Amino acid sequence: MLPSIKRSGLQQALDYLIAMCRSAMIAQTGALTMENKDTQAAEVKKKEVASDETPPQYPLIGALKAFVMEVGAISKFAFQYFRELVKPPYEFRELVKQMHLTGYKSLALVGITGFIMGLVLTIQSRPVMAEFGAEAWIPGMIAVSIVREIGPVITALICAGKVGSGMGAELGSMKVTEQIDAMEVSGTNPFKYLVVTRVLATTLMVPILVVFSDTIALFGSYIGVNLEGKVSLTLFFTKAFESLDFSDVLPAFIKCFFFGFIIGLIGCYKGYNSNKGTEGVGQASNSAVVIASLMVFIIDMIAVQLTTLFT
Amino acid sequence: MIHTQEIQAGTNEPANDLNENLVEMKGVKKSFGDNHVLKDINFTIKKGENVVVLGKSGTGKSVLIKCIVGLIDPDGGVLNVFGKDVLTMNDKDLSEVRTKAGFLFQSGALYDSMTVRENLEFPVLRKYKSKPQEEIDTLVEEALANVGLEDTADKMPSELSGGMRKRISLARTIILKPELLLYDEPTTGLDPITSQEISELILEVQKKYKTASIIITHDIKCAKITADRIMVLDQGAFVAEGTFEELKNSKDDLVRSFFT
Repeated sequence: MLPSIKRSGLQQALDYLIAMCRSAMIAQTGALTMENKDTQAAEVKKKEVASDETPPQYPLIGALKAFVMEVGAISKFAFQYFRELVKPPYEFRELVKQMHLTGYKSLALVGITGFIMGLVLTIQSRPVMAEFGAEAWIPGMIAVSIVREIGPVITALICAGKVGSGMGAELGSMKVTEQIDAMEVSGTNPFKYLVVTRVLATTLMVPILVVFSDTIALFGSYIGVNLEGKVSLTLFFTKAFESLDFSDVLPAFIKCFFFGFIIGLIGCYKGYNSNKGTEGVGQASNSAVVIASLMVFIIDMIAVQLTTLFT
Repeated sequence: MIHTQEIQAGTNEPANDLNENLVEMKGVKKSFGDNHVLKDINFTIKKGENVVVLGKSGTGKSVLIKCIVGLIDPDGGVLNVFGKDVLTMNDKDLSEVRTKAGFLFQSGALYDSMTVRENLEFPVLRKYKSKPQEEIDTLVEEALANVGLEDTADKMPSELSGGMRKRISLARTIILKPELLLYDEPTTGLDPITSQEISELILEVQKKYKTASIIITHDIKCAKITADRIMVLDQGAFVAEGTFEELKNSKDDLVRSFFT
């Protein structure tokens, strides 16, 4: 039964959970007898509730609590995003501007990276393939690797670094210099104007950037193949597309929308909730990249599992 | 531009006809955790009146004016702005109140990714979505002329000096011709000459547009130039009220200390 503490339900439950964990850990070390265990656990809990400023005695539990709180806050932020997304008025002008900044302005970086990715992958795999006499399979192998996995993940990571950090820094800076407040007193909903447009822009543009990057990577691979041999462009692309199946292309394309969504969401969340002045802006930018990159890998792992299940 | 000689401290007459309270606060309270910033705020301002709020740092002056435009929700009390209760109004009504009440932030809060022209156009485009571009241009030029910076329209905020930023920020605040202006330390961080220019500009805006103003400041010269009435905030409540001369000669040490 939960003790009667004047706190929100989630906080109360979390505090109770922490107290239970602590009592369990203490019991494991044999430091407590069965008689006084409950009393001591209750005392630990009382201290925890009495002062939020008390440093956590168990760093792991403190970190776990912070993690759960962060996940909760991000989920709430995402819920607000979907609510504002469907509610008029719609900020089309700002959306187009953000799509331009996210998509068009990233073309060069994504293109160069894609080209190098295709070229290097081809040069590295060629000797091994030649050893097995399977050089003819290089275009197909490269196409499957790039379209299924490397293209989406590398492009998403680049977007997390470029776009996600930019959003974290921009919104963080706007927050600490009261620009978001200024927007609000101008009769504008800053969440709709700043967050919804940016998250939607990345959700729509990252898949397009991935397609662009994949295409350039295949051209890079074509050049890589031709460094030590002669293959026509038509033959290369025929071989590459022959190896690709609908089940290679569609799941990879769909997961790019989730990559884009999470990059925009984390970047905006970190920036929109930044504090502590300029130091907070730096932290927002940095953690936007770190968390978004991690989330890209997690989503990729889930997507691969789901794809395997359904194909 | 108005000249200093024309300005007589404490004699700026509010518009004659106007006894209507634009803002009415009764028993307003606000706390942040254990920090009780506003304890019992009772305050009114009439149309066309300039009220200066003095107080030590951290006494809740900025919180007070942020409550008026709904940036911070008070914990209790009555807060009517333009005759409507801010605490219970919906988003649409709050948005309407905000377009009738301009807010000049301490930092200026210019959107640094936009040019000066785009900064000024922003509130206009939010309020009048289908206004012809020619009319918007006219409003922008008029607002820039009001602050004497007609040639800065295509500059970025980063290219402007501190004083110019404050002026542009004021231009953005007055472009929708609000009935109520809230100034959060308008002269902080400026040299004495620029501070005086900004203070004169505040007075000029009040005379031209017949706006009411609440001016949060530590700058006693600014208070002298702009105030019809001065209120002193201390420990979450107003402790003194009067004209500049009355408060300057107050017997209360705290009140008098602001004027020395």
